[in-house]
Amino acid sequence: MSVVFEKTPYLTDKQFHYCPGCNHGIIHRLVAECLEESGMGGNIVGVAPVGCSVFAYDYFNVDMVEAAHGRAPAVATGIKRAKPDSLVFTYQGDGDLASIGTAEIVHAAHRGEKICTIFVNNAIYGMTGGQMAPTSLVGQKTTTSPKGRDEAWCGAPIKMSEMLAQVPGSYYIERCAVNNNANIIKTKKAIKKAMQYQMEGKGFCMIEVLSTCPTNWGLSPVEALKWLEENMIPYYPLGVYKDKEAK
Amino acid sequence: MVKVTVNEVLCKGCGLCVRACPKQVLALSKAKLNAKGYHPASVVDQEACIGCASCARTCPDVAIRIEKD
Amino acid sequence: MALTLMKGSEAIAEAAIRAGARFFFGYPITPQTEIPEYMSARMPEVGGCFLQAESEVAAINMVYGAASTGARVITSSSSPGVSLKQEGISYCAGAQLPCVILNVMRGGPGLGSIQASQGDYSQATKGGGNGDYHLLTYAPASIQEAIDIFSFAFDKAEQYRVPVLFLADGIMAQMMEPVEMPEMVEYKVDPEKKPWACTGFKPGDDPKKRAVINSLYINTEELTVHNNELQAIYREIEKNEVMFETYKTEDADIVITAFGTVARIAKSAINDLRAQGLKVGLFRPITVWPFPYAQLLDAAKGAKAILDVEANEGQMKLDVQLALGDKVPVHYFGHCGSQMPTTDEIKEAILKIKEGM
Repeated sequence: MSVVFEKTPYLTDKQFHYCPGCNHGIIHRLVAECLEESGMGGNIVGVAPVGCSVFAYDYFNVDMVEAAHGRAPAVATGIKRAKPDSLVFTYQGDGDLASIGTAEIVHAAHRGEKICTIFVNNAIYGMTGGQMAPTSLVGQKTTTSPKGRDEAWCGAPIKMSEMLAQVPGSYYIERCAVNNNANIIKTKKAIKKAMQYQMEGKGFCMIEVLSTCPTNWGLSPVEALKWLEENMIPYYPLGVYKDKEAK
Repeated sequence: MVKVTVNEVLCKGCGLCVRACPKQVLALSKAKLNAKGYHPASVVDQEACIGCASCARTCPDVAIRIEKD
Repeated sequence: MALTLMKGSEAIAEAAIRAGARFFFGYPITPQTEIPEYMSARMPEVGGCFLQAESEVAAINMVYGAASTGARVITSSSSPGVSLKQEGISYCAGAQLPCVILNVMRGGPGLGSIQASQGDYSQATKGGGNGDYHLLTYAPASIQEAIDIFSFAFDKAEQYRVPVLFLADGIMAQMMEPVEMPEMVEYKVDPEKKPWACTGFKPGDDPKKRAVINSLYINTEELTVHNNELQAIYREIEKNEVMFETYKTEDADIVITAFGTVARIAKSAINDLRAQGLKVGLFRPITVWPFPYAQLLDAAKGAKAILDVEANEGQMKLDVQLALGDKVPVHYFGHCGSQMPTTDEIKEAILKIKEGM
């Protein structure tokens, strides 16, 4: 028998600590497969964030650096400047990238830093137990917006892909989702393209991946995917926001 | 001939694979509890599997392996 | 031996490069802006990297990243900027990343002033960020001394895997002195010597060789083990790395304690007082962490009084008292903010103590 599908060795044997149905696991696998297919093995450094995916350093089977909350793009900058020939990626959530680390991500993009950022947007703070994120939808109930996010009080959800596409230094920005088979395949293609661009020395690439948080949304994993499809995708449309290569 | 295997130790019973399968090959085994305390997914209709790997692609715990003749 | 007249900030920057530093990440702030300016021109000449960060927060995290690869990395700033760096410094300490940080102190609190100060002594020596950690902290009193310390600062940082902090002040950065520069060190990362660094790993390699640069130990027992290891390193540093200077303390009735630029001012006062027949000496810590407690006790054993002189509220006085207990009365003279104590003021303070003796 020939193997059609098995776990990539670019994931360690450590079992994911994520809640049942959390999309982080799917996204981890896609990133790890792209790392394997990049052919850059032995010359890859990943940067883990603070948030649910803080333990990413235990899962990706490459050299890993754990950054302070939001600082992953700055840490990745230091790594990439010191090892310009290596493949460097950050893996960040929406609290990390879109709130406490906005300065770092905007300026990494602005400098055209030759790194790849995987931005997982699940519209909530998962690790601390379901607080409002800058990406939480209007009306979305969280433990710090118990009556639902009030736009007049704390603004509308921030759209990072749209915003970073406007930064002159960014090279490739795409928003994806892993809610179905076709989108999972598309997401992998996008991550692969971002890594390819980096290896060609092109510039800053970010793949935003919409993700569920069944636990803190208070939904079953399957219901959570439906909620994402009905609420998140309409507000955060999928697609390529910038590709300097595209004709 | 396609063979789909679920690693029940890793499975957290989230059911995403059940949703993803176009041929109803998988189901959560309500009668079973794994060491983590979940009802793991298991193969209920191996014959129907077309080897599309949709289940494996959606499994957040990378618990599914697919082989083909 | 060729002496060159150089401005402090530029001499310090050149000394860092000569010591093998090839990466500088920083942000402009008075009175140390000449350091990034110098680095921006000089780093490309030696095949190094100068990058102006968007903030001090980002700069120290770039240091964290570059140091993760084993490279010799430096950042510099001044007091308010160093406060911003404290988060990253704590992470560097926790993840045991060797690097060098320069604080060219200015007046505080808050924006304070742009003139020289010593107001960050407590921050530097008692830990500025969260958690139990220390930085090997040097407080040079001359540009030449700063250069000389630089020639081994990276070696020390790497030997103990701790960040090294230079505690200078605006006067040292802005003044010019004739200095002698050491030879250029060409530093190459040796993965054998830095097995912890991100020097390349792929699946199939020995899993133990995978680098994980990290300060998170979610299991409390593991965090305790990690902290105990750090503490053991700090005890080693305390044992081996203390540096200090004594000046005319052998027969001194009154010993002045001072560090950095203030110690130089005190020396002038001591020379004047000695000319008047007063037996006054100086004890100057060169490492302010680890503080030379035993050495101060020894140097002050014949003294009847101590005068602690600082350009702050007397932050180091607590360490002086810790060293001496109640054996000798410890007086203080100084100014908070940015006003440097003058030789006349120090002499006056000594005469006042003398009257009361």
